[in-house]
Amino acid sequence: MPLLEPGPWDRGKRSRLALAALAAVAGAAPAARAQEQKKQPPPEFSEGYTPPMPSQPQPRMPWLAMLDVALLAAALGLAAWIGLHRRSRREMRLLGLFSVLYFGFIRQGCICPVGSIQNVALAALGSGYALPFAAGALFVLPLLASLFFGRVFCGAVCPLGAIQDLALLWPRRVPAWLDSALSVLPYAVLGIGVLYAAAGTAFVICQFDPFVGFFRFSGGWLAISLGAGLLLLGTVVGRPYCRWLCPYGVLLRWTAALTRWGVRITPKDCIQCHLCADACPFGAISPATLEAPAEPRATARRRLGRVLAVTPLIVAAGALLGWLGAPAVARYDRVVSLAERVYLEEAGRVKGQTDASEAFRKQATPTGELYRQALVKRRWYGGATTLFGAWCGVVVAGKLIFLTLRRRRPDYEADQAACVSCARCYTSCPIEQERLTGLRSPLRDAPEQL
Amino acid sequence: MAGKLLPMVDDAPEQPQAGRTRRDFLLAGVRTGSVVAAGGLLTILAKAPAAAGTVWQIDPDKCTQCGLCATNCVLQPSAVKCVHTYAMCGYCKLCFGLLKDKRTGNTLSVENSRCPTDAIKRVFVEDPYYEMHIEENLCIGCGICVKGCTRFGNGSMYLQIRHDRCVNCNECGIARACPAGAISRVSVKTPYKLKTRRA
Repeated sequence: MPLLEPGPWDRGKRSRLALAALAAVAGAAPAARAQEQKKQPPPEFSEGYTPPMPSQPQPRMPWLAMLDVALLAAALGLAAWIGLHRRSRREMRLLGLFSVLYFGFIRQGCICPVGSIQNVALAALGSGYALPFAAGALFVLPLLASLFFGRVFCGAVCPLGAIQDLALLWPRRVPAWLDSALSVLPYAVLGIGVLYAAAGTAFVICQFDPFVGFFRFSGGWLAISLGAGLLLLGTVVGRPYCRWLCPYGVLLRWTAALTRWGVRITPKDCIQCHLCADACPFGAISPATLEAPAEPRATARRRLGRVLAVTPLIVAAGALLGWLGAPAVARYDRVVSLAERVYLEEAGRVKGQTDASEAFRKQATPTGELYRQALVKRRWYGGATTLFGAWCGVVVAGKLIFLTLRRRRPDYEADQAACVSCARCYTSCPIEQERLTGLRSPLRDAPEQL
Repeated sequence: MAGKLLPMVDDAPEQPQAGRTRRDFLLAGVRTGSVVAAGGLLTILAKAPAAAGTVWQIDPDKCTQCGLCATNCVLQPSAVKCVHTYAMCGYCKLCFGLLKDKRTGNTLSVENSRCPTDAIKRVFVEDPYYEMHIEENLCIGCGICVKGCTRFGNGSMYLQIRHDRCVNCNECGIARACPAGAISRVSVKTPYKLKTRRA
């Protein structure tokens, strides 16, 4: 006989007793929950009624992801053509607007090449995840484009870059020392993003994506305020996210340094007027080294020697800090934090349960199994966080070494690793204006005005 | 300048010629190698069975109906909705999913409904059976009805991510928030974890 009759069984005490009994059974035997659930046998209908099936609306068709990949490839090609051949700031801005609208607001920013780093890391270093074709293609295409045409992806294809470029209304230059110091941050962001993705813990690059909240008109207060802050700062400081946070920018820097064709500011001879360097809001134009450096070669060599000597110390210090911080870093993982909580509860050192520990107990997994999984994770994090610390040390040391090197440049040149092909410098170059207008620049005849 | 916003492309500056120095030769080698490697990687990916990709889904057996699905999705209202496997339902006239735990008297009136958006419609089938129909455009995925149905009923109501709404974020907000770890990536070819009538 069923515990509950179908229909109006609610007759005061009896049903309440039955409820209490059921609740007790459900609470006492969580393991048998699945079997206990069938408390009221589905009725046999007399009039040929068949229960409807729940509908299953299907996800976005996979071929539409291919369409996004094709659009990305087309946009990259267009950006390279506009940036390097047409040399038009106006067209570059239009393409940027398109990218903000399509890749940003219409496709709502997911998934993007910046985030795809984590998919690649999870597929390559983690377990149980196969890289989808679209994620792989999104990861590879901008890097390939950068290998041949420089960072045209950043210039007008990436919606995160394009929205900052559009927000840049009153550009001011950032002091070189500050720019240089902040430019090590993206390496750390890349490291932490790969670390957490490879562990299968989280995709933190996506979690702290500052602009995706705008593209979706939603998001937590943290993401929205981070995005609003960066955009506000971005009205005077050029592309703060791209330069000092974006992890994909690190990879693009490396490939763009090897680029085959890149932004060339002057069409013919540079007259060293430095107008392009003044116009670049991103500090991506290296000035000409007019005079030989005043200091003797031996001094520079000794300085490089000293930096090289402390490099192992910096790397070791980074590794040590990473090793010390491993437990805190590991706590971001669900399994680790849950195991720590359950352990404290079992030991009676905390009172009550969290939602997570309550859910864990309902699933009736043995506590030992949870501890075992958490230990495996923790051990992994011990090694990986040490490596991450060493990586940060390598980056800082590399920056110092880079700063001690002096290279001679006869002309003002775009630093291919930093240049995002925004095409601003062309409009400020007097020689380019000669090419565009066919008029001789007055600066040629009055070089004392420089 | 005013009349000529576009540059004349015919005399665009020439890019430097490559292939002259050893450095150029090495760079060309690196670039060619990278193109070949990327092409190979993408070919392998295109043939892999997982190439079509993944979507997020809730395992109803792990779900604890905590209510975070309604608040932590990037979409408002959430992409999570109540789904009803009618074949498991007891077709009760008074549905634990529909009504409050402490209802007053034996009344069927609307104020006793526990669904905050009145998304559950009760449709008469035959005496004494009623079909509990979910109006998905009203459902916000709070899981209140699911909690009632799971604790006291047949568990025929449960939460699922509806893929006509889900934007398939690379990092799912509710998967991150879920205290039970019930949300994971599943193949795009089997995008639902529907409950079935157990034998």
